[in-house]
Amino acid sequence: MEQQNIYQPYLMEIEKITEEAPMVKTFRLKFKNEEEGNNFSFHTGQFGEYSVFGEGEVTFCVASPHTRKGYIECTFREAGRVTSELASLNEGDTIGFRGPYGNIFPIDDWKGKSLLFIAGGIALPPMRSVIWSCLDKRDQFKDITILYGAKSVADLVYKEELAEWKERPDVKLVTTVDPGGENPDWKGEVGFVPTILDRMTPISENTIAIVCGPPVMIKFTFPILEKYGFADEQVYTTLENRMKCGLGKCGRCNVGKVFVCKDGPVFTRTQLKELPDEY
Amino acid sequence: MEKQLKILKYRDLSKLIEKFRSQGFPVLAPVRKGKVVEIEQVQSLDEIALDVLLSTQSAKKAAFPKVEKVLEYTLEKSGTKQFPVDPADYKETILFGVRPCDASGFKSLDAIFGEEPKDQFYLEKKGKSTIISFSCPVADEYCFCTSVGGGPGNTAGSDLQFTGISKDEILVEILTEKGEKLAAIFADLLTDAGKDIDKTKFLADVKVVFDVDGVVEKTTASFNNTALWFEQSLRCIGCGACAFVCPTCACFDFQDEQNTKKGVRLRLWDSCGFSLFTLHTSGHNPREVQSQRWRQRIMHKFAYMPEQLHVVGCEGCGRCSRACPVDMNIKEHLTAIGEKVIV
Repeated sequence: MEQQNIYQPYLMEIEKITEEAPMVKTFRLKFKNEEEGNNFSFHTGQFGEYSVFGEGEVTFCVASPHTRKGYIECTFREAGRVTSELASLNEGDTIGFRGPYGNIFPIDDWKGKSLLFIAGGIALPPMRSVIWSCLDKRDQFKDITILYGAKSVADLVYKEELAEWKERPDVKLVTTVDPGGENPDWKGEVGFVPTILDRMTPISENTIAIVCGPPVMIKFTFPILEKYGFADEQVYTTLENRMKCGLGKCGRCNVGKVFVCKDGPVFTRTQLKELPDEY
Repeated sequence: MEKQLKILKYRDLSKLIEKFRSQGFPVLAPVRKGKVVEIEQVQSLDEIALDVLLSTQSAKKAAFPKVEKVLEYTLEKSGTKQFPVDPADYKETILFGVRPCDASGFKSLDAIFGEEPKDQFYLEKKGKSTIISFSCPVADEYCFCTSVGGGPGNTAGSDLQFTGISKDEILVEILTEKGEKLAAIFADLLTDAGKDIDKTKFLADVKVVFDVDGVVEKTTASFNNTALWFEQSLRCIGCGACAFVCPTCACFDFQDEQNTKKGVRLRLWDSCGFSLFTLHTSGHNPREVQSQRWRQRIMHKFAYMPEQLHVVGCEGCGRCSRACPVDMNIKEHLTAIGEKVIV
């Protein structure tokens, strides 16, 4: 009897590579086995293990929305051993993908509410999946506001999509760069994400806030949300930790008794407050 | 099934191994290798170190080897092809002469690898292993099995258990259907034992040193007791030896190895004691200092596993203490948590 090997990846062809920012690329991946592709489904918020054969695996969220079938996308910064190898690949090359793993953003529970997305730097990719998933069902939600900040203008990812969101009358997009990161042509805000958020005086009533970014951004963003009356249940984030298996077995991504890989990566602020300080 | 009691003569033990070998079963047993005792494949009884208290390594490698292939692939211009490693490709194996703490150590591994999604690499090997444990006539100062629910004659996890009851005779307990099937192979060497054999008088006396429920309760509540974890880990050098000899430690890593044309993905033992274990590419490390890593080791075994998998991740074998190069003794650490920590 053939047994399932839970560590065996799907083979994926790199269909398209987009240069997003210095050292940041997006891969559009297509299942090499069409049947596997047809049977594959995931939900926004989930992640996977991407392999460069011969180098190993690396963990990223799926950056494309689950509402669009037939492919998945990932966006990554060239930083370590596997991402450096990944960045050296070309369109048409093959990589591996295991997933989808982890829990999801419960967007069906957000119907009829306004959504406030707050992202910093390379943390827009996990949020981009949620944003598009919600925009693809736009009539189910009230106001959609996106606040996105990066170190500099060059570091902003998904520039084409930012332009598209800017044009849409049903989306309010605010982009900002850290002080000193602007250039003469920059028309967005200048300032750190929490500062700009405060200036925006967000409305908490019937609103869900989704916050994704480096720890320091999250640390200073939460108090601002609190100031405007966001209850802990209204605030969502996604955690990351070093992972190998993605399945709750290899033992390294836990925060206290909670495994980020299978109990997360999506947490409400209420859940976050129950976690010990170990992430 | 109801356990059956039989008698086997010591002098027939070599015939037993011969029978297993002639039936084509690989036999894994403790073997002396210089200063250490490994669990290795043997051909005959005289290779087996039955007189040692405990093998240096635990028996876990029978189902969870130190290095194991989980994937094979070729690297070709036309694209990578992968070849699945079939977890079903394993032989029925006999684990012979291990201790009760080795046999019961598989409880923890069963829980971790048996949880969905199931890890067939482990489950296939474990499912195809029949465990013949030898109860312990002696113990040493590192042993504390009785404090964590085990004992020198504990039969949990064993398919058969052998206990020496005289110079010539071994009491054979047939404990599971798997054990019964294996015992059928050497039925001609067995005679019926009386029902009234009290094996406890042939076992080592291992004193209970702490109340495990109390330790679990106090550990669970002690995450933020920074002083405790700091004091307990002052000597720890993060070498990971404790995890490698532990019968219940299951943390692992993946590494790829390749030449220009083909490669393999290997699963290797890892340890929460290593500083690199949780290090992010960014340089951030959620368990930055050794005290946090020691806390993880203790809390995983005595807080998280009892709560989530309903098993204490420790068998009281004391291997970690024997292997520790800086002489940390887990029995003393746990006793201290049980006694001193005020929740």
